[in-house]
Amino acid sequence: MNTRPEVLHALIVCFSAIFTGNMVLSLFLGLCSFIAVSRQVKTAVGLGAAVTFVTACTTVLNWMVYKWVLVPLRIEYLRYILFIIVIAAFVQFVEMVLERYSPVLYQNLGIFLPLITVNCAILGAALFMVIRDYTLVTTLGWGLGSGLGWFLAIVAMAGIRMRLANERIPRGLQGPGITIIIAGIMALAFIGFSGVLAGS
Amino acid sequence: MLMTILSILTVSLIAAALAAVLVVADRVVSDYGQCEIDVNEGQRTFVIKGGRTLLDSLIEQKLFIPSACGGRGTCGYCKVRVTEGGGPLLPTEEPLLDKKEIEQSVRLSCQIKVKQNVRIRIPDALLSVREYVCEVAEIVELARNVRQIQFKLVDPDRMKFIPGQYMQLLTPIYEKSTEEVYRAYSISSDPEMKDRFELIIKLVPGGICTTWVFEYLKVGDTVRLNGPYGEFHLSGTEAPMICIAGGSGLAPIKCLLHQMKNTASRRQAKFFFGGNEVRDLYHVETMREFEKTLHDFEFVPVVARPEEGADWKGETGLVTEAVMRRYEDVSKHEAYLCGPPGMIDASIALLTKRGMSEKNIFFDKFS
Repeated sequence: MNTRPEVLHALIVCFSAIFTGNMVLSLFLGLCSFIAVSRQVKTAVGLGAAVTFVTACTTVLNWMVYKWVLVPLRIEYLRYILFIIVIAAFVQFVEMVLERYSPVLYQNLGIFLPLITVNCAILGAALFMVIRDYTLVTTLGWGLGSGLGWFLAIVAMAGIRMRLANERIPRGLQGPGITIIIAGIMALAFIGFSGVLAGS
Repeated sequence: MLMTILSILTVSLIAAALAAVLVVADRVVSDYGQCEIDVNEGQRTFVIKGGRTLLDSLIEQKLFIPSACGGRGTCGYCKVRVTEGGGPLLPTEEPLLDKKEIEQSVRLSCQIKVKQNVRIRIPDALLSVREYVCEVAEIVELARNVRQIQFKLVDPDRMKFIPGQYMQLLTPIYEKSTEEVYRAYSISSDPEMKDRFELIIKLVPGGICTTWVFEYLKVGDTVRLNGPYGEFHLSGTEAPMICIAGGSGLAPIKCLLHQMKNTASRRQAKFFFGGNEVRDLYHVETMREFEKTLHDFEFVPVVARPEEGADWKGETGLVTEAVMRRYEDVSKHEAYLCGPPGMIDASIALLTKRGMSEKNIFFDKFS
């Protein structure tokens, strides 16, 4: 696709996934848990870290499943089902480990931990990887970057919402309402990043 | 055709492989090994397989910590002091613990998992709580939606309890419920009856246990109960008593009255029993008998809204209003309250306003 060395390409893709093509603020994926868990920085960091970990690992796993199983057997159309299966199994695994080694975080995340499975940002990352036909190393950069972009967005939102905690917000806009408005303003701000990387 | 089969097979194989990996991971990650639970500095010790909640682990070892919500973290009955091995305080525990309890390492045993050796402290009385297998001997309809069930003790065939205590009735899995639950009911019978005891149960619309009791339980059925639990009992003093109860709250008061008769107590006592309508009152004859046999006892039934044609000549309105009409200063009295939380809170507010000290108010809140 290009003549740059692979690792450099992976780094560029990673950088662009965080800033110029942010999962939440440019591609508008993964908004449910973004709105719901962005109340406090501590839980946002916990969920963001979990999503980053899951995204990075599952995009790589999904690349392997796609290139080594689906393409040779010419059943690429099954990628939607198979990617979700891989993501679900992986999230289940993360849940198990979290419950054992950090029960407080596990309880704090509550229902949002299994909800990572249906976070469309993660499936979206896997599908974009297919559309853009990334190599394995690039996929790692892409997965890591997508996750970190989501992490950045939710932690920034949590920071803003914590500052707003003592402000008087009209009753109809409290909660999700004001969050979406803030997300929109953040998205506008991120448009400023576009064009930073030539050709991305 | 071949492609379809191949594709289905591939997806299934990959899903199965992932499931297998998860099962193995679960065995490895969630294996906490053998953990030791030390109760009350060595009075009892168990070695169990870790991974389950503290409450489940203790109940499995026949140490019956009370619980009314089935591990959902809403009733707060299962509080236990965990001095070692409890892990960090969980967000599901915080709403039910106050600052003093948190300082003393009190935890909700239904929320913490046993992952390492644990040392706990529980009231000594809990160590003598046992499970009793009983047979339903008699069912009496006391009022609409209120039944008195008499249980004959089978194994063990005798039970010691302090009048005022309650039992936990085990509701088995049945058509309308997919899990076993325990519900608490005060013992209402005469403690002189050594081989049997009675509970008064009021039907709660949609309630798991009461629906089972009213629609399925018959004379001759075998049931399991554990107990006795509870700190509600007569104080040792001679102070005059004000008893206030509503609904099935009559049960422990009746038991206290039996005890007073058996010990020929000369304490003055007045029992205010509240009901919505005249037909909600029950055990009126029993109470009139007590008025004759006890030294100084008065039964004051209070009906909120007497129905047409009932010809009610007694007190009306809320039971707390009736108490207010009778007493000005209650600083020398003791109060025994049993009934719905709203009634108890209102009574406590009223009594403290009229001079009663909080340490002289004893109550059993049914929630």
